[in-house]
Amino acid sequence: MATNAESGDELQFRDPEKAEQLTEKLETLMDEIGEPVNVMHVCGSHEQAIAKFGLRSILPDDLTVRMGPGCPVCVTNMPEVDEAVALAEDGAVVATYGDMFRVPGTEKSLADARDEGADVRVVYSASEAAEIAEEEPDREVVFFATGFETTAAPTAAVLASDPPENFSVLSAHKYVPPAMEIVAEMPDTDVDGFLAAGHAAVITGYGLFEDFVSEYDTPVVVGGFEPIDILFALTQLLEFIRDDEAGLANAYQRCVTEEGNVPAKDAMWDVFETTSGEWRGIAEIPDANLVLSDDYAHFDARQRFDIDVDPGAADPLTEECICGDIMAGKADPDECELFGEECTPQDPVGACMVSSEGTCKIWLEYGGQPDL
Amino acid sequence: MSDTDDVGDEATGVSNDETTGGDVDDEATGDGYTDDEVITHAHGAGGSQMAELVDSVAVSRFADAEADVGLAALDDGSVQPIDDDHSVVVTTDSHVVTPLFFRGGDIGRLAVSGTVNDLAMMGATEPLALTSSLIIEAGTPKATVEAVTESMREACEEAGATVTTGDTKVMGSGEIDTLAINTTGVGIVPRGKHVPDAGLSVGDKLIVSGTVGDHGISLLSEREGFDFGGDLASDVQPVNDLVAAAMDAGEVTAMKDPTRGGLATVLNEMASKADVGIDVEERAVPVSGPVSSAGEVLGIEPFDVACEGVVVMAVASEDAEAVLDALRDTPKGEDAAIVGEVVDDHTGQVVLDTGFGRRYLTPPEGEQLPRIC
Repeated sequence: MATNAESGDELQFRDPEKAEQLTEKLETLMDEIGEPVNVMHVCGSHEQAIAKFGLRSILPDDLTVRMGPGCPVCVTNMPEVDEAVALAEDGAVVATYGDMFRVPGTEKSLADARDEGADVRVVYSASEAAEIAEEEPDREVVFFATGFETTAAPTAAVLASDPPENFSVLSAHKYVPPAMEIVAEMPDTDVDGFLAAGHAAVITGYGLFEDFVSEYDTPVVVGGFEPIDILFALTQLLEFIRDDEAGLANAYQRCVTEEGNVPAKDAMWDVFETTSGEWRGIAEIPDANLVLSDDYAHFDARQRFDIDVDPGAADPLTEECICGDIMAGKADPDECELFGEECTPQDPVGACMVSSEGTCKIWLEYGGQPDL
Repeated sequence: MSDTDDVGDEATGVSNDETTGGDVDDEATGDGYTDDEVITHAHGAGGSQMAELVDSVAVSRFADAEADVGLAALDDGSVQPIDDDHSVVVTTDSHVVTPLFFRGGDIGRLAVSGTVNDLAMMGATEPLALTSSLIIEAGTPKATVEAVTESMREACEEAGATVTTGDTKVMGSGEIDTLAINTTGVGIVPRGKHVPDAGLSVGDKLIVSGTVGDHGISLLSEREGFDFGGDLASDVQPVNDLVAAAMDAGEVTAMKDPTRGGLATVLNEMASKADVGIDVEERAVPVSGPVSSAGEVLGIEPFDVACEGVVVMAVASEDAEAVLDALRDTPKGEDAAIVGEVVDDHTGQVVLDTGFGRRYLTPPEGEQLPRIC
């Protein structure tokens, strides 16, 4: 983040000359490897930076960098949205992140519910949702929570700090490690290395990936989100691939440690536990979702309310949506016939077109695959 | 921040101005509305749904009169010949904004500047007359309305314009949100000397007259309750003097003010209307430090949000430096910069050189929502 005192072009992580040096190094490494390489990242913020700065146009031709199931909003299953819609229609204030606002449920999104009169509010944080509950004690305020550990830890912090009784959480939080495991376990997977998300690793620590690296024999490099961070992380990953080494490296040392943020992790595991869940378009995945633990059941909207879901009929277009393949890294957004036509951010068919973390939305926003 | 979009419009550049509105594609000729279709926020958000609506409710119903620039051109205003030597330029714009008074301006200044600037974008830099229609919610303090109209007077003085006729309506409490203002502007240009937004051709340079994104980023951050230390303010101002200086200095082939949808939208409109490509150097585009920082925090691109005191112009290559110098000699044009050029490639599209790589610069779709991370 630039401070007010410096403009973007003075930031060391946005130095085009450094970028050129790193790109040359990537070219050299690819020559040494001598065959095409597929790298997967699992984070919408990485895709954002790659697209926004036009990085694909400078990567070596044989190096493909694709996004995997790294958008927590995108893998939110339609029935989870249906629950939030039902609560809003039953009179609760439903507060949620802007990313979730338009995510399609089976028949309706929260945006649709609001257009029909339900009280749905966009917030920036769990604490902002709790403040609404404090200011409006006569209303039930449900925070429809989404995100990986990066936002799960703040949700946990709010729950652990004695929020108002009229506050509850409908958790659609997801857990990062399964995102990579799903891809690694796919029989036709073709990923030579993973670029792991730096901000989630701030919480979890990069040590979290040690088991993955040894179990799946695939290198992992944790990377940051500035252009130089990403290019540098890719050089580290290509070095592992060249050396045929299933290594783990931290290329985001200014933020990430091996242990991570221990108090935040403790708070998170105090409040949440993992459970299996359906990730939209992908599969039923063990330990993939974060739900409130028994100690916090009284703040769990699923316990507090008898949620009467009447999902209605799904848009037939969802049958044609290839979000699942896109999130599995098997297809690019522009291979989908709905992309930018029937499916747009204003009128999305799949969740990948809704969230700023979604591959399709990012491609549409930043001009997609550069054939430049 | 319960209502991010209700009148989120002036910030993201979504006004009710029917004279712009993205590409209207041929399929969207408008009898397709059925009884159960209703207007949603998406219809006011400047994307394809808005284009379809504008076509359906307006363009398809009003056949072009004798006009050099008519409704179907979806330009900033219309241009009609009145005699052999002169054409009259007319433009209209309705304004709603939350809050009414914001850092750097208010709805009154916005209403005058928006219309004066739309006239100027057509080449009419000396507004002949303005109208002002106020629609006021019962219960609004009289002092509020007076403060707004005083601000309109000041903006008129700055622009050398006068309100010559108007209308005032009061609606019931809850029937309208405090205050809406419509202004219409009339100006005269020498026949054939108007500047259409589609007039650019290959080789022309593109000039931006000042820093972009100030209005939209400032309003969004103010509305979302973010305090970035008071460095952000709307740039709302009349720019007809700026445009006059540029037109005196060289051949301006096309102009647009990047209001709704910001710089990204107007560049794409200009490229597609003129059937040319546009190349832009991202680092040449002036963006203030505070706007750049706040945009990153909000997850919103400064190129995607409204400016209310900036002009994008295409200028014949040989005149570009002279026009740039003329702009920089004015107080409002100190930050002016040549940001790109018109090319015979990627027709209808804008390619941005980020300093790292190249990508397409696409117009934003709809309502701008804050990101989670």
